[in-house]
Amino acid sequence: MSVHKDSDNRLVQCFDRLREQGRKAFVAYITAGDPDLGVTEQLIPALDKAGVDVIELGVPYSDPMADGPAIQMACERALASGTSVPGVLASVAAIRKHSQVPILLFTYVSPIEAYGVERFARDAARAGIDGLLLLDLPPEEDHGVFERLRAGGLATVCLIAPNTEDARRSMLAQESRGFVYYVCRFGVTGERSDLPKDLKRQIAAIKRGSSVPVCIGFGISSPEQAALAAKHGDGVVVGSHLVRMIERDAGKKSLVANVAKRAKQLAAAVHAV
Amino acid sequence: MSTKNASSAAGRFGEFGGRYVPETLIPALDQLADAHRRLKRDADFQKRFKGLLKDYVGRPSPLSFAARLSGKFKRRIWLKREDLNHTGAHKINNALGQALMTSYLGKKRIIAETGAGQHGVATATACALLGLECRIYMGKEDMRRQLPNVYRMRLLGAEVVGVESGTKTLKDAVNEALRDWVTNVKTTHYILGSALGPHPFPTMVRDFQSVIGREAKVQIKRAEGRLPDALIACVGGGSNAIGLFHPFIKDTAVAMVGVEAGGNGTALGEHAARFDGGSVGVFQGTRSFVLQNRDGQVEGTHSVSAGLDYPSVGPEHAWLYATKRARYLRCSDDQALEGFHLLAEYEGIIPAMETAHAFGVLPQILKKVPKDGIVIVNVSGRGDKDVAEAARLEGVEL
Repeated sequence: MSVHKDSDNRLVQCFDRLREQGRKAFVAYITAGDPDLGVTEQLIPALDKAGVDVIELGVPYSDPMADGPAIQMACERALASGTSVPGVLASVAAIRKHSQVPILLFTYVSPIEAYGVERFARDAARAGIDGLLLLDLPPEEDHGVFERLRAGGLATVCLIAPNTEDARRSMLAQESRGFVYYVCRFGVTGERSDLPKDLKRQIAAIKRGSSVPVCIGFGISSPEQAALAAKHGDGVVVGSHLVRMIERDAGKKSLVANVAKRAKQLAAAVHAV
Repeated sequence: MSTKNASSAAGRFGEFGGRYVPETLIPALDQLADAHRRLKRDADFQKRFKGLLKDYVGRPSPLSFAARLSGKFKRRIWLKREDLNHTGAHKINNALGQALMTSYLGKKRIIAETGAGQHGVATATACALLGLECRIYMGKEDMRRQLPNVYRMRLLGAEVVGVESGTKTLKDAVNEALRDWVTNVKTTHYILGSALGPHPFPTMVRDFQSVIGREAKVQIKRAEGRLPDALIACVGGGSNAIGLFHPFIKDTAVAMVGVEAGGNGTALGEHAARFDGGSVGVFQGTRSFVLQNRDGQVEGTHSVSAGLDYPSVGPEHAWLYATKRARYLRCSDDQALEGFHLLAEYEGIIPAMETAHAFGVLPQILKKVPKDGIVIVNVSGRGDKDVAEAARLEGVEL
C-alpha cells in the first residue's frame, strides 16, 4: 500500500548502513523548543557533527504521563516558549539545509491528532522528519494512524516494555520501522546509575521474532552505561541526561557546545562497542 | 447509533474510550480487565462486596422524598442519598470494590489520585479496612483548598503526596499516580476514582457505582409505582452520574441530565464544561471530550468545586452525549452556591459543592419535566468539607 519505500527513509537507511559497518547507533533525545526553537535549530546540527546517529525530537505536551521530572520540565519550558507542531515542522525544515541526521519525533497522541494525522503525515515528511513514536498509542488503538503515517513516508517506532508478553512483543516489532524502542525498565524516563539484569535475555527475545534493529533506552546517562547497553542492542538512547544539561545551561552561550561535547563522549562510547 | 452499541467489551463506547497508555501498563490493564470479568461472576467476591456495602457503607442508601422542594417546583422530587454513605459520598462504593479486588489480585500496595479529597478519603478508608498500604497523590493547590481531607487521609493511615507539576490540581495528580503505577506495576494497584482513564477503568468503576441506579430503580418503583421522568446528577469525571444513569439507559422514557461545572466564565480555563467548550481528543488514557487548545495541549480548568475541576469526562458520558441519550448542562459557580443554599434551606441537607451544581440549575431542568412529573436527583456527597470554603466565598468570617 505504501507509496513510499522504507528504503527511502533516512532512519531506515541509517540502521542499514550501521549494520553493514557493524556499528551501534547513538540516539540523542532533546525536547523541541527547550528553551526555544532557535536553540533547537543550532543544537541538532551540532549533535549531528558530534557523532549522534539519530535525533529523537520531543514535541512538548502538557501532560506527559510517561516522562519523569527532567522531560516534564523540558515540556513546560518548551510550551512556555510557544512551541507547537507547526513550529517544530518549520524548524526541522530549516535544519535540513545543514544536516541530514535522521529525526524521529517523540510525543503523545494529542498534539498530533489536533494537527490532523493525515495532514501531519504529509507535512512532516515534507519538512524532513523521518519517523514518529507515540508514547500513548498502542497499535491496537491506532485505527489506521500508523498506516497513514507510513503511507506518508514516516517510520513508525513502537515501544516494548520488560513486562510485554511474547505474542505482543512480536506484534510490536512488526509494527515498527527503522527500529523498535526497548524500554529497559519499569518507570518513567529519567537517569539511573545501573542497568537491569534481564537486559540480555529481553533483547534476545525480541531478536528471535524480528529482524528490526533494537534501541535501548530509559535511564541511561553515562558513557560506561551506554557502552554496556550497546553491547546487547543495536543502539542506545540517552534523553533526560542531556535535557538536564540543557536546563542547567539555558540562556548561556555555551549551551550548544556543552551538550554537543557530552553527546560526543556518549557517541564515542557507543561507537567503540 | 443504537443503545446496543454501548457494549464496552473492548473498552469502547462508540468511538470513545480505549486504552491510550504507555506499553508498560498494558499487562496490568489486561490483568485488571480479566479480574473484572472474572470477579463479576465470582460468587465469593460478590458476597463479600455486597456484605461490605451493607454492613460497612450502610447501603442501600435511602431515596428521600423532597417534600418542600417538590411543593416549590410543582414536581415530585426524590433525592438519592449517597451523602449518607460512610465517608459521606458515593466514592466509597468504587474504592471498596477496587480495594477488595486488589486483595484478589494478590497486590498489597494501593495508589490513588484525589481532587476534592473525597476519593482519597474513601480509598484510605478501604485500605485501612482491608489492611493495604496506601499512597494518595493530590495537587498542591487542591491540598490548600481541602486541608481537612488531607488530615483525614493521614488519620486513616495513608501517605499523602503533594503534586507540584503542571496546574497542581486533579489532572496532575492523575499523571503522578500513572507514573507511580508504571514504576511499581508488579506490586501496586491504582484505584482510579472516577469512570475515566484507560479500559477497564470506565467500565469497572461504573459497575461498582451502578448500585446507585439499581437501588434507585427499585426504590422509585416501590414509592411511585413507575419509573421517573428524569435523572439528574453532577458530572466531574462522571462516576456518580453514570452509577445512577446506567441501569436506566435502556429505559428510553427516562431523561438523563448531567450537570457540569460552568465556573466563572465561558473562556478556556474559566470552567470545566467539557461538552460546552471541549472537543474530542485523547487524554489520560481515554478518548473523550477534552478542554484543550487548538494544539492539543490541555488547558487549566476552574470550578468552585475541586471534584468537578477536571478537563475531561468519562467516555461513556461522551457516548451518551454524542447519541443524545443524555443531556449535559452547565452550572456556574454562583448558581452552584445558590444550589448549596437551596438544598440546605428547603430539605435540611447541606450538599457537597459538587452535588450543589445539580441543584443550581434544577429550576431550568424542571421546566422540561411535566407538571407533577417525577425526578431523582443524586445527592452524591455531603457538604461538611465545603462549609469553610463557601463561607469564605460569601465573605462570612467563621
